Amino acid sequence: MEGSGSVVILAETAESGAPAAISLELLGLGRDLADGLGADLSAVILGSGMGDAARELAARGADEVIQLEHASLSTYNPELYQEAMLGLLKSFTPRVLLAGHTAMGQDLLPRLAFSLSCGLVTDCVGARVEGGQILFVRPVYGGNALATQRVTTATAMATVRARVGEAKAPTATPGEVKVIEASFAAPVRLEPKGRETLEDRECPLEEAPVVVSGGRGMGGEEGFALLRELASLLGGAVGASRPPVDSGWAPSTCQVGITGKVVAPDIYIAVAISGSTQHLSGMSEAGKIVAINKDPDAYIFKVSDYGVVGDWKQVLPAFTAALREAAPEQGGARWA
Amino acid sequence: MGLRIIVCAKQVPDPEGPPSSFEVNASERKVIPRGIPPVINPFDENALEAAIRIKESVGASITLLSLGKSLSRAVILKAVAAGADASLLVEGDAFEPSDLDSSSTASLLAAAIEKAGGYDLILCGRQAADTNAGQVGLGLACILGIPAITLAQKVEVEDGRVRVERVLPDGYEVVEAPLPALVTVSGELGDLRYPSLQAIKAAKALPQTVLGPDDLGVDPHGLARVETVGLEAPKRERSCKLVEADTPEEAGRKLALVLRQDKIL
Ligand SMILES: Cc1cc2nc3c(=O)[nH]c(=O)nc-3n(C[C@H](O)[C@H](O)[C@H](O)COP(=O)(O)OP(=O)(O)OC[C@H]3O[C@@H](n4cnc5c(N)ncnc54)[C@H](O)[C@@H]3O)c2cc1C
Repeated sequence: MEGSGSVVILAETAESGAPAAISLELLGLGRDLADGLGADLSAVILGSGMGDAARELAARGADEVIQLEHASLSTYNPELYQEAMLGLLKSFTPRVLLAGHTAMGQDLLPRLAFSLSCGLVTDCVGARVEGGQILFVRPVYGGNALATQRVTTATAMATVRARVGEAKAPTATPGEVKVIEASFAAPVRLEPKGRETLEDRECPLEEAPVVVSGGRGMGGEEGFALLRELASLLGGAVGASRPPVDSGWAPSTCQVGITGKVVAPDIYIAVAISGSTQHLSGMSEAGKIVAINKDPDAYIFKVSDYGVVGDWKQVLPAFTAALREAAPEQGGARWA
Repeated sequence: MGLRIIVCAKQVPDPEGPPSSFEVNASERKVIPRGIPPVINPFDENALEAAIRIKESVGASITLLSLGKSLSRAVILKAVAAGADASLLVEGDAFEPSDLDSSSTASLLAAAIEKAGGYDLILCGRQAADTNAGQVGLGLACILGIPAITLAQKVEVEDGRVRVERVLPDGYEVVEAPLPALVTVSGELGDLRYPSLQAIKAAKALPQTVLGPDDLGVDPHGLARVETVGLEAPKRERSCKLVEADTPEEAGRKLALVLRQDKIL
C-alpha cells in the first residue's frame, strides 16, 4: 500500500502559522532515518487552512505532505486529533511516526500508540538506523542514565525533543501535497472551556539566545528582578529551577528541566542553582554555561564553562553593571 | 454511593538522590539505586493530593493502587495516611521494573482496576521519575475506554463531570469531561500534605488488598512493545574556568570582562 513502510513526521505550526522549528528539525531527522531505511519521508499536518504550511513542509524535504483538513482541527483537541489520525492511519502503516516532544506530541502520541497497539518511545534525544532497525535514545532516571530502546511492533512511534534533528535547506523539487478532509468516527467527550496565557511571548524561553536562570538560593521574588534586568540587558529570557516555581517566585512557564522546558541557548547563566540531574536535563545542551553559586562544591560547576564562587547578592549586581559599562568586543556582541 | 477515586502510585528510587546514587549497570541494562530509599513518585503524590482536595470539597473514597516487585509498606502507609481510605497492592517477582514497559504496566493496572470494583475518577502522575515515559495514564484510559485529560494543575468534580486546569507551555486551559474519566496530574498542582503521627497510626487499620500476578489473569510477558537494548551514563561534564578575585563584587566584574574577552557575550 502507498505510504506503508514510510517515515512519517507529525508537523505542527508556530503562532505565525508557519511550520514550527521542531517540525523542520523532525523533517531533517526523518530524512536521515528514511535514507537509512530506504524509505519515503512524509509529513502530516492537521488544521484548518494549512495550505501554506503544507507547501513549506513539502519544500523542506518531505516527499509527500498530507494536509489533514477540518474546521474543528484549528486548535489541538486530543480526541479530534486522535480520530483524524486514526482515520488516516487506516489507509497505510508507517514504519515510524515521529512527533515533537511538545505539548501536543506528549498528549497525542500515547493516545495513538495505545489505540493502534504500537510501541512508543517518548522524549527522545537521538534516533538512528542500525542494521535495519531504528534505535531511539532517551534519558531515564531523571537524566542519570541514557537508554537506547527499540520498538517491537510494525510501526514505531516516538516523540523527539527540540534541537535533536537538524533542519535541512529547502530542496529544489518540493514534494507533493495531498489534501484530505478529516473524518471523525467516535463522539467527543472532552470539552475545552477556554485558556489563559501567562508567558511573555516577546521572548519565549525556548528561542532565547541567552537564558538567565535562578534557583532556590535566590530566596525570593526580589532576586528575580535582578535576573530580569540582566536578561533584558542581554536580550534573553529568565528561567528557573523548580523550587522558585513551586514557591511562586517565578511563573511555571519559566521552569527549565525534565518537567519544564528544554532549552539550548548560546549562553545559559545559572544563578544559585545546584545542578540537579532534573535541571541539567533541560539545559546541558547550551552552548556555554556560566554558574554563580556560593558553594564551591556545587555540581553545577562541573558542568559549566565559567564560574564564580560567591553570593549572588554581591556578584550579580557587579556583573550586570560591568557588562553594561564595558562595550562588547568586536564580533562578540549579539545584542549591542 | 459517593465518588470513588483510584490514585495510581508507583514506588521509585528517590529521584532527588545525588547522581552518584544511580549506578548505571550497562551490561544488565539496569540502573541500580545505591543508598537511596524508595519513595512514591512525586507526580503520583501530586495526584494523591488532588484526590484528597476533591474528597475535602465534595466527599470521596480514595483507593491507592500500587504495582511493583516488592513494595515498601512504610512508604504505602505514609501515603495512605495523608488521606486515602484503602490500598490495593499488586506485587510479585513478575513485576521487575526492567521487564515492564508502559504498555504492559497499563494492561496490568487496568486488570487490577477491574478487580477493584468500580471507580468514577482515576488519577495518575504525569510521568514516573524513573522511566520518565508519561504513557501509562493515557494508556490506561485507552484500555478502559474512558476520556483522559493530561497535565492537571487543578482538578474539580461537580455534577458527574471533572473540570481540569491543564498546564500549557504558555499558560493553562480548562477542559471538562464526563465521569468516569482519567486525569494525569502535574507538579503545579502542589505537594502532598504530610500526615500526622496519629493519622499514620490510624492508617494501619485501613483496608489493604494484596494481589499477585496470578490474581490478575494477565501475563506481562509478551505484552511489552519497547525493549531497552543499551544503557549508559550521560556525559555532561565540562572544564570550568573559575574566575577568582579578592571580593565577590570584584569577581562579578571580572567575570563580565572574561566573558567579553572570550567573545562569549
Ligand atoms: C520528578 C521530578 C522532576 C523534577 N523536575 C525538575 C525540573 O524540571 N527542573 C528543575 O530545576 N528541577 C526539577 N526537579 C527538582 C530537582 O530534583 C531539584 O530539587 C531542583 O532542581 C533543585 O533546584 P535548585 O538547584 O534551585 O535548588 P538547590 O538544589 O537547593 O540548590 C540551591 C543552590 O543555591 C546555592 N545558593 C544558596 N544561596 C546562595 C547565594 N546567596 N548565592 C549563591 N548561591 C546560593 C546553593 O549553594 C545551592 O547550590 C524535579 C524533581 C523531581 C523529583
